Amino acid sequence: MSEKALHDDHSELIGPGHTLGTITDKISEIALIEPKKTPIGWLAVTGIASLGVLMLGVTVVNLVFTGIGIWGNNVPVGWAFDIINFVWWIGIGHAGTLISAVLMLLRQEWRTSINRFAEAMTIFAVMCAGMFPLLHTGRPWLAFWLMPYPNTMGMWPQFRSPLIWDVFAVSTYATVSMLFWYMGMIPDLATFRDHAKNKISKVVYGLLAMGWRGAARHWDRYETASLLLAGLSTPLVLSVHSVVSFDFAAGLVPGWHTTVFPPYFVAGAIFAGFAMVLTLALPIRAFYGLKDFITDKHLDNMAKVLLATGLIVTYGYALELFIAWYSGSPYEAYMITNRMSGPYNHLYWSLILCNCTIPQLFWIKRFRTNVWMLFFVSMSVNIGMWLERFVIIVQSLHRDFLPSSWGMYSPTIWDWGMYIGTIGFFLFMFMHFIRLLPMIAIFEVKLLVPRSGVTGKSGGPSHGKKPGSHGPDAHTAGAGSH
Amino acid sequence: MSSASENIQPIYGYLAEYSDTEPLIAAAKAARAEGFQMMECYSPMPVHGLPEVLGYKNNVALLVLVGGITGMLVGFSLCYWVSVLQYPLNIGGRPFNSWPAFVVPMFETTILFASLTAVFGMLALNGLPQPYHPVFNVPRFDEATRSRFFLLIASSDPKFDMVKTREFLTRLAPLSVDEVPH
Repeated sequence: MSEKALHDDHSELIGPGHTLGTITDKISEIALIEPKKTPIGWLAVTGIASLGVLMLGVTVVNLVFTGIGIWGNNVPVGWAFDIINFVWWIGIGHAGTLISAVLMLLRQEWRTSINRFAEAMTIFAVMCAGMFPLLHTGRPWLAFWLMPYPNTMGMWPQFRSPLIWDVFAVSTYATVSMLFWYMGMIPDLATFRDHAKNKISKVVYGLLAMGWRGAARHWDRYETASLLLAGLSTPLVLSVHSVVSFDFAAGLVPGWHTTVFPPYFVAGAIFAGFAMVLTLALPIRAFYGLKDFITDKHLDNMAKVLLATGLIVTYGYALELFIAWYSGSPYEAYMITNRMSGPYNHLYWSLILCNCTIPQLFWIKRFRTNVWMLFFVSMSVNIGMWLERFVIIVQSLHRDFLPSSWGMYSPTIWDWGMYIGTIGFFLFMFMHFIRLLPMIAIFEVKLLVPRSGVTGKSGGPSHGKKPGSHGPDAHTAGAGSH
Repeated sequence: MSSASENIQPIYGYLAEYSDTEPLIAAAKAARAEGFQMMECYSPMPVHGLPEVLGYKNNVALLVLVGGITGMLVGFSLCYWVSVLQYPLNIGGRPFNSWPAFVVPMFETTILFASLTAVFGMLALNGLPQPYHPVFNVPRFDEATRSRFFLLIASSDPKFDMVKTREFLTRLAPLSVDEVPH
């Protein structure tokens, strides 16, 4: 790749006129603002999200005291909202890891301004996801039984079951995502420590930064560790949703028992995750005036990823139809007939509309940079991916082999309460993250400012030197030095 | 830092400030050519080429490899010990040591151990957390996490001299040279 091409790329990734100092100030002021000056908009959204957290609290208390009978799932539909929402949230989380790890390995420098909050999104989404299976056990205080540990019952987990693989995959994923996120923030936390005005903030950021001082030896080990973590997270993220799909694929139920599930779930996860990143990024960008860091180029790229993964997902749906016919199994064939014309068929057709049809708008460049269109499509994908899990889980279970054991499922108010409650919890955590922590990776954005000899191991080659770039903060971007 | 610091110097070292990476790298090279060893550079973001100038060995990758292999062995031992020795269960007539099924837990423990090693190994090799470091005594050093670049020559260096080192640094065209108190 020529230096010229790389530079052209950069000028679309960061607004003109930015220096190292202005980048730092612009991004850190969002979090370092005085508590009394917290924007009204932030308070309003966090207030609404708090209501969701309360709703979650009430639901969980009732669930624990009464039992999971308050949910609508029962034989034959033993898995419903709990597992739908688990898979939905885990899928959303995957975009964070994808952006921070896979795109880092592929040297996609446009990721730098969105990776941090996509990683935060991952962590909060995994928290929401984790709640569902734990509470579905009915006795969440015994959840540690899932872990292999010596106990007086003399019992051990069964390592041939995808369900225990899931425990390993999801808990590893949560741990590694947390490490990746925190490690990525250390240099920026040091920036906050050095520039916070408030004494308490200084101490707290100081503790979190652990004495980071930007020493060259430290940076070198830090970059090696980041690169290795990215290399480790990439197969990890692919494994997590593959393992989640094994929960279904290893079962015999028509509609679950398919070999296409692992790749199709992974593509669906990336699809859902990028949709959620866009859903969050668009309002944040507008509210905090971050158009210099999250540029039209970023939006365009994310829309392209949505379009591509949407097509993979569509291929998955098509393959399900093909296999239902090609397998010659009457149960498989009936499963598809039932999807298209059974009692839940409106959900299937809505799913096709949301996930396959609407994203096709992104073939048109104008729509890829129009914020309203982007928001509309990303919301439609969020809904579509939820519907997909509903169709896979509920629709497959409600009519399987024996017509005498067919049944219908409908969610109760507690199912909805918990689902909406986790959305509130997610938003609540996310709002606190953008208020308190560096939501854009400051030091990584600095690498995008065209200057001399500055690149990381994950960055591209160095750029030509701009003449006369001495004196304080004199490194202006896009200053025609190429 | 080394045994050379036996003669207690009145200060920790000198800190020269630069506005860009290129003069910093040039200064670091000049200091290295002059024979200084106990030096360090500070920057708001990673600077390519500096580690080579400073000359040291980065062991993070090796540690992570060891961590990953340990994780894999731990994962397999756990599955084997549980499924063959401690709690053998006949699942559809499969052998107790049904290793293909153990690949998934092994994979996850490999990633887990390697990742933990990467993060904690990096912190340990960097000597973090480290609540106190003399460079924080220099007020201008706040800019090291914002937009400025610094070169430190520590007083523990055998070639360090209160007067000559300062003169040497001043010749390297810094924005400022500060004394770093202990």
